[in-house]
Amino acid sequence: MIPISWYLTLSAVLFAIGVVGVVVRRNVIVILMAIELMLNGVNLTFVALARQLGSVDGQVVVFFVMAVAAAEAAVGLAIVIAFFRNRESVNADDLALLRW
Amino acid sequence: MATLAFLVLAALLVGSALAVVLHPNPVKSAMALVVTLFLLAVVFVLLEAHMIAALQIIVYAGAIMVLFLFVIMLLNLGDEEQRARPRRRVVVHGVAWAAGALLAVVLVRLVAGAPLGRPAPAPEGYGSAALVARSLFTDYVLPFELAGLLLLVAVIGPVVLAKRGR
Repeated sequence: MIPISWYLTLSAVLFAIGVVGVVVRRNVIVILMAIELMLNGVNLTFVALARQLGSVDGQVVVFFVMAVAAAEAAVGLAIVIAFFRNRESVNADDLALLRW
Repeated sequence: MATLAFLVLAALLVGSALAVVLHPNPVKSAMALVVTLFLLAVVFVLLEAHMIAALQIIVYAGAIMVLFLFVIMLLNLGDEEQRARPRRRVVVHGVAWAAGALLAVVLVRLVAGAPLGRPAPAPEGYGSAALVARSLFTDYVLPFELAGLLLLVAVIGPVVLAKRGR
């Protein structure tokens, strides 16, 4: 039996990789994918702790995270398409419309 | 044996996650993310979350990643453009990776030292669709309806956003 803390360690590493991806990358679509990576790291924590407690509540939360991730991807990619149509670019450096 | 399998799985997961973040080509990043999501489904099976593992493959690796690949190929994106001066870029990336490593170390120290003990024995049918669904439609029925509303917004929103002209 693999200790639950190993799963939690793995999910922490995945989350950190996602955070670095959001900061380092300039392509908006890849930034969205790094956010998916962070969400999945958190999902792993929920599933691991649900197993630790022997309850399915954590798995239900993962279900909701997936629903929110799907909505986020759909709306985010629609914004990317609308932006690309105006500027012919998906570089985050061009997304400065609201910058003060 | 199970330990070795887990370590190989974890190494592959971290490797593919790093490939998502490091590969300059968005299509290859997306393929690496598909691999990551599949491997995570395997980890979920190890944790006896069978329903979630199936959903992970169908919804995440299936629907969501197809959406990403569709948009990447629709926009015909090539390798990422680097505008920052090389020296500045090295500094920014160095700081970002150092901060990320620090975050990972802090999180790992938090969870590795947690007094968890042995996991509770899984009840009969743990992780099955029946058990998860029972919880979903009784204790979590209000969040479930709200998730439905959210998905409705996610259907209408992109149509309005991506429509040409208005």
